[in-house]
Amino acid sequence: MRRRGPAFWCLLGFTLCVCAFLIVPVGMSMLAGVTVNYQSGIGSGMTLRWVAQVWDGYRDTIFRSVGIALACLACTLLLGVPAAYALARRQGALARTIEELLVMPVAIPGLATAMALIVTYNTLGEFRTSWTFILTGHVLFTLPFMVRSVLAVMGAIDLKTLEEGAASLGAGFFRRVFTVVLPNCRSGILAGSLMVVTLSMGEFNMTWLLHTPLTKTLPVGLADAYASLRLEVGSAYTLVFFVMIVPLLIGIQVLARPVELGTKATRR
Amino acid sequence: MSRSNRLLLLLFLPAGIVFAAFFLVPLGQLFVIGGTGKEGWSAYGAILTNRNYFNSLVSTTLLSASVTAATLAISGIAGVFLTRNRFWGRVALVAMLTFPLAFPGVVIGFMVIMLAGRQGVIGDISEWLTGERLVFAYSMMGLFVGYIYFSIPRTILTVMAAAEKLDPKVEEAARSLGAGPLRVVRDVIVPGLKPALLSAGAICFATAMGAFGTAFTLATRINVLPVTIYGVFTEEANIAAAAALSFVLGVLTWAVLALARTAAGSTVAAAG
Repeated sequence: MRRRGPAFWCLLGFTLCVCAFLIVPVGMSMLAGVTVNYQSGIGSGMTLRWVAQVWDGYRDTIFRSVGIALACLACTLLLGVPAAYALARRQGALARTIEELLVMPVAIPGLATAMALIVTYNTLGEFRTSWTFILTGHVLFTLPFMVRSVLAVMGAIDLKTLEEGAASLGAGFFRRVFTVVLPNCRSGILAGSLMVVTLSMGEFNMTWLLHTPLTKTLPVGLADAYASLRLEVGSAYTLVFFVMIVPLLIGIQVLARPVELGTKATRR
Repeated sequence: MSRSNRLLLLLFLPAGIVFAAFFLVPLGQLFVIGGTGKEGWSAYGAILTNRNYFNSLVSTTLLSASVTAATLAISGIAGVFLTRNRFWGRVALVAMLTFPLAFPGVVIGFMVIMLAGRQGVIGDISEWLTGERLVFAYSMMGLFVGYIYFSIPRTILTVMAAAEKLDPKVEEAARSLGAGPLRVVRDVIVPGLKPALLSAGAICFATAMGAFGTAFTLATRINVLPVTIYGVFTEEANIAAAAALSFVLGVLTWAVLALARTAAGSTVAAAG
């Protein structure tokens, strides 16, 4: 390894500053959520009072968000995996165009998608006021992540040859799907699932317009708390949210790592 | 139609139906409703003719452009540095830099409050240094910081993936021909990263244009387009105008992203 000049240390310092910019507020808000009085510092003591207050006041939003995220996962698995398979098997312009279309709900702002859903389904009162209205928005927004993630794996393994091999040995369609296709796409399905659950739990832009007072989700509650409650309570609520999504985020990073190692290996 | 094609169509159909019923049809409906207000179809021109909307469009565009420039500079430097050097703790640094990738916009707004709000760390530091508390979370500067916050993780991922593929031999050749470090950056590294920078920049710009959560937490008084649309929808209850404006905003961000195409893959806009 060559000797490191001043340029290295300057750049390392810069990178560390960027890191601090991203991580310090996360740490501070977690700390503030368990501090008696944030203004006077940690010296004022630690407490779980704020977390308890959040649990009392916003418990329902936590359960609702988890429920919607799991329902969203089920929907994207049922819709997205077969769709990805169809898109992977059909090469050509039409399949690519459909893929582009499917990504549109991610490309255009959630505000616009939510507005479109509202002006179209406003008259269906029961649907409009139920949690499934929010679920609809979440499925639209997360479906591309499932499809893309499964498609990426299907593109990397030679799906066609694998299936032809199985077919020549006499395996029918369903046998091929359950013993060849799905097991080989495991990593893509898992990565897509983690992304879907994480995004659904944190979705705010659409949900803020789609929710009703009876169907508040966790991020909607967060916005409420930031606007109207003291900093410590907002922090405690954020802490609860972090505790829920950090394992998911770590999972996403761990799954992404083999890909990174793969590109490194081919570099030299 | 052959048997296997029919099967593939059948597999795609559920997703296709859901997508058509809950996205394509509503989007069409949004377009139609946008033209049925008091002003009729001219509502679609209002973003240029209405002073309030136009100002909002200009300030949002300027904000998004400066966020994009700053993010590309920051992520470009840090991303290339992290791919070119191997040292202890590097993996942890990369993990931390990409960690906030899926944070929702509201939470990022709160992170800015933790940094630059009335009880924020920047205020503490500035008070200690100069005796004056620096508080800018609830201004355009606060939005700028928040938008950079959610843009860095995904931009850095794109930059790192592209930097992995740059051939270090070209840089060595440039150096051996007498090029200084700045010259190498300007003439070798930046041109090599150009496709990645363009696509990451487009995503960054489009996300900033449409970001709602962060602006909602920080600055309900600052006139950025999504907040303006929300105001038109809820306070003025002018549904046609709000529909027209959000349709225009959607077309705008989609057009910018269409330029970026698929280069950056699935890391397309997730927060905001």
